[in-house]
Amino acid sequence: MNVRSAAARLSVLVSDPGRPVVDLAAKRRREAQRGQMNVAGLRLLVAVVFLGSWELTTRLGWVDVFFWSQPSAIVAKTWYWITQGTDLGPLWDQVLTTMEETVGGFVVGSILGVVFGVALGRSRLLSDVLGPYIKAANAIPRVVVGALFAISLGLDIKSKIATAAVLVFFVVFFNAFQGVREVDRNLIANARILGAGDRQLTTEILIPSALSWIVASLHTSFGLALVGAVVGELFGATSGVGELIYAAKNNFDAAGVFAGMGLLAAMALLAEALITALEDRLIKWRPPVATETRI
Amino acid sequence: MAPAIELRGVTKRFLTPSGGVYTALRDLNLAVEPGEFCAVVGPTGCGKSTTLALISGLELPSEGEVEVLGRPVIGIADGIGYMFQSDAVFPWKTVLENVAAGPRYHGLSNRDARVKARDWIARVGLAGFEDRYPYQLSGGMRKRVALAQSLINGPRILLMDEPFSALDVQTRSLMENELLGLWAASSASVVFVTHDLEEAISLSDRVFVITAGPGTVKSNYKVDLQRPRNVAEIRFEPRFVEIYQEIWNDLRDEVAVSYERQKRSGAA
Repeated sequence: MNVRSAAARLSVLVSDPGRPVVDLAAKRRREAQRGQMNVAGLRLLVAVVFLGSWELTTRLGWVDVFFWSQPSAIVAKTWYWITQGTDLGPLWDQVLTTMEETVGGFVVGSILGVVFGVALGRSRLLSDVLGPYIKAANAIPRVVVGALFAISLGLDIKSKIATAAVLVFFVVFFNAFQGVREVDRNLIANARILGAGDRQLTTEILIPSALSWIVASLHTSFGLALVGAVVGELFGATSGVGELIYAAKNNFDAAGVFAGMGLLAAMALLAEALITALEDRLIKWRPPVATETRI
Repeated sequence: MAPAIELRGVTKRFLTPSGGVYTALRDLNLAVEPGEFCAVVGPTGCGKSTTLALISGLELPSEGEVEVLGRPVIGIADGIGYMFQSDAVFPWKTVLENVAAGPRYHGLSNRDARVKARDWIARVGLAGFEDRYPYQLSGGMRKRVALAQSLINGPRILLMDEPFSALDVQTRSLMENELLGLWAASSASVVFVTHDLEEAISLSDRVFVITAGPGTVKSNYKVDLQRPRNVAEIRFEPRFVEIYQEIWNDLRDEVAVSYERQKRSGAA
């Protein structure tokens, strides 16, 4: 029996001649709909209040527009970039450059992270030997390696990919490692009894089992890849959104800095959507979560 | 005839996380005839599961010898099916992939393994559910998957660790009857671990009573009830009740010892 017919029956039971029949399910649906509308409305309100007060205070001169810019100027700047291009060339090229660096670093870092995470998760000896070094490396503020790569790999895309990859690597590595370590012992025993060899154990049990950990880490690590790419550009580059922001900063162009930030945010949101889609494809064996916690 | 499974003077010790030594089994002797259905009963924590782990080769004894099908156990050998107490079906594989795993690991091509798996899925009554993931199945259905998974390789030894303890009573006796049917069609020797004496007697030819830990075989009883049996009804037979009383007299003391111990460690 579905909820609706149950509710219908219930409504018959509770109704008496003097009272109107209440369809509980319909009521519940209406309430849910109203709840969603309320949330959407409140979100919009937050944006309007925030941007409105920013615009207002800068226009009234309470906040210095030179340092803090204002929403209308940022929109105008973005529009100018889109239509007239930036000082570094067409806007699209800058976005593309940063995207390439980010995705490149993300892919390289993720693959290395998974490979090393699984290898160390599987081998006690490896993890005992390398564990302290990895912990130490993880403790350094890793964005500084961007400076090193700018020297050693030059100012083109390679140094940015390397920086982004380093940032991504550790997050994915720790998750993959933990994921492999936490595999249900029963599943391993079962696979071995069924005749699985070492390779099958890795590809069919350990990696799928660790996958939910790994994929969860991809959400964070794409953001970090973007950080790596932008920081790499700040250390020296000829194109890219980070370089755009850097140039705007040198010109005391606050609107340009904000416009660059807006672009990065849009890129991150797009990537987040793509990773969520990937997650649903990769882990379709997982029961759907009852409560949506995604933001 | 040589026994299918033989444990001679087996002792198994584990290191506890705090560095101590825990003796799970002490000087255990047990033999299972080919094709025999044996149940192992005993109080909680008496080392029943450890016994299965030793037979399967997942664990090796600290002392003594374990022989399966006439060969000493030195690791995981072929010809063994194992049904675990908790769910051990692979959550990221569909029913079909889960059941096909065993044959694939034994070198069958993907296609042949699937054909074989479909047959077994039908035999355990899951036809039509091939493409479901375990989370989409009920507890009883997951047990059926596990049963097909452990039988598909045609094991000569079937080890079962309280496989049905998580099921409701009706589903449980259904599964027990199906197990007996599938077992009768094979020629496997079964070691069925349970804490439920009724289940033990209704399924098996022989019941081993294990003492409170460290476990050792206290006694073993032949169950001379006719086959085929209907587990839902056999427990009303006078002979069943006689056997039950006989074994229970033996088991009661061990349960009491184990309970006392738990109370003490709980109070400490």
